[in-house]
Amino acid sequence: MTLWKLKISSLFNRLQSQADLLLISILRILATITGAIVLFIVFFLILEAIPVLQDEGIVPFFTDSSWNPAEGLYNLTPMLLGTLFVTLGSVLIATPLGILSAVFCQYYAPAKIAYFYRRLIELLAGIPSVVYGFWGLVVLVPLINSINPPGTSLLAGIIILTIMILPTIALIADASFAKIPEEYLIGAASLGLSQWGTIVGVVFPAAKSGLFTGVILETGRAIGETMAVLMVCGNVVQIPRSIFDPMRALTANIALEMAYALGNHRSALFVSGLGLMGMIIILVVASEIINEQ
Amino acid sequence: MTLSKGDFDDPGDLDQIFLDLVEIENNQMSNPQTTNNKQQITNNQQQITNNKQPTTKIQTEKLSLYYRAKPAFEDVTMSIATGCITALVGPSGCGKSSFLSCLNRLKDLMPHARVEGSIKLGDLEVLDPKLDVIALRRRVGMIFQKPNPFPLSIWKNIAFPLREHGIKNREEIDSIVETTLQDVGLWDEVKDRLKDSALALSGGQQQRLCIARALALQPEALLMDEPCSALDPISSSIVEDLILSLREKYTVLIVTHNLAQAKRIADYVALFWFQSGSGKLIEFGSGKQVFESPQHSLTEAYINGIRG
Ligand SMILES: Nc1ncnc2c1ncn2[C@@H]1O[C@H](COP(=O)(O)OP(=O)(O)OP(=O)(O)O)[C@@H](O)[C@H]1O
Ligand SMILES: [Mg+2]
Repeated sequence: MTLWKLKISSLFNRLQSQADLLLISILRILATITGAIVLFIVFFLILEAIPVLQDEGIVPFFTDSSWNPAEGLYNLTPMLLGTLFVTLGSVLIATPLGILSAVFCQYYAPAKIAYFYRRLIELLAGIPSVVYGFWGLVVLVPLINSINPPGTSLLAGIIILTIMILPTIALIADASFAKIPEEYLIGAASLGLSQWGTIVGVVFPAAKSGLFTGVILETGRAIGETMAVLMVCGNVVQIPRSIFDPMRALTANIALEMAYALGNHRSALFVSGLGLMGMIIILVVASEIINEQ
Repeated sequence: MTLSKGDFDDPGDLDQIFLDLVEIENNQMSNPQTTNNKQQITNNQQQITNNKQPTTKIQTEKLSLYYRAKPAFEDVTMSIATGCITALVGPSGCGKSSFLSCLNRLKDLMPHARVEGSIKLGDLEVLDPKLDVIALRRRVGMIFQKPNPFPLSIWKNIAFPLREHGIKNREEIDSIVETTLQDVGLWDEVKDRLKDSALALSGGQQQRLCIARALALQPEALLMDEPCSALDPISSSIVEDLILSLREKYTVLIVTHNLAQAKRIADYVALFWFQSGSGKLIEFGSGKQVFESPQHSLTEAYINGIRG
């Protein structure tokens, strides 16, 4: 009888460890596929970018007189700067806003208001970017137009992107504040520190790495955003002289021209894709380094 | 059991002893009672040296605390003597930590906690809703069971609260940091790494840093909630010596589960007990009296390790 039980249990154990093995191999396969997809995309980007890089080298992408692929002019700087400006502007505005909104949620708002506010931010994160773009086109652009025409502009892009990346930083900041050990807060209170003094002096330093991660993720989202930027920025290939000037982002450039680009033109678009990929990789590496510290 | 200002010491009421002392001087030993008084005075020699002016720093009056409807402790009337170490002992869950959290209004952080009664810090009513709690907490510091230095440098742990309380002068801050670290015996250990994270210190060092951080604000009273119980025996005895060195300069109220420790350091001992649904103060007196001739049978059982 006992022997029988023992046999069953050992059989069961064996089955279980077999199930584990199966699970592990499935997970391995899935992980390999994911990794392979990323590598494959990079490989593909490089492959497609090679023709124009062989013909022209890398320098013309910065020194040519304009972006006019039909005539062999490949200056990407206006688009690079466009992406840079629109990203920088939105990150600079969204970061303090998002962090302060998380501070409000965690430390000032009554529980019910904080609850609704969080749901609202989550909702904001879920709205498709084309809807943001549409709203920008119908509401924001005419508004800016009435201040300083034409309306489609760097400013419109910054505002739309700010709204789009705000949930990222707000939610991550909120989560990293929630993770702060309570004894820091109790300790600060027992030293007679004010609420705001505690937030600046204890909460921010304690949540530093989480906040950095939030900034990097929102930056990534801003760089990669295509649709909304394409819809509100006007897409004129030029370095914007003021925030009211239209501009074109790298992502918008690819989306606009991919459909009809041929030969070196097409290849040049892949070069700009490679550039975007490079920016994101730098961001990911930076976030890894920060998280390790 | 109601205890008030006069009841610190039984049978030798401190105020009375003080008056007696004056009387002795006045009477130049001509009074026939003198011998008797003298006897009492020798008995209480230690208390007298510790209490040049045996006054009350904190007086609670019928103090009760409720978490929602559930009482944590009720009707605690107790005097905490200036410059003395008062130990709060008692079994787990009888409301000792809750009692401490009333004295510096830390219970404000728990919206579901409700307090009744009165707490006087000097002339100040601590429970006054209009009271400036920030100023109160500067006067009444607190140390916790688990050392809780901020995730900042050692220097900043002390400097940042000082700045928040309006001390901005760099030289002044530096000198306070140095003296308080010396007071807690940490200066020689950390003077070369003041810029390093406080989290890299050992538990005992962290606890001493927390005490230094509280002392830097020059509080009048220090509330300590089991400050040694998360520490190894050596660190624990270092912190214990440190607490002893605070006597006279500060009023210390310390919660401890270590009765031997209470016996070693406490001028007064208060025993909390869980009775009829909430914590009660069942015994209060000088350390000597509580440990040698407890009034309450539960006290006797508790200090002899029979219950709790
Ligand atoms: N924040 C809180 N909310 C609700 N109930 C609480 C809270 N803190 C403590 N209590 C309850 O109040 C009672 C007293 O708790 P308290 O922490 O004051 O006891 P204690 O004497 O400090 O115990 P210990 O010696 O274990 O630290 C306990 O029954 C506890 O469950
Ligand atoms: Mg406790």
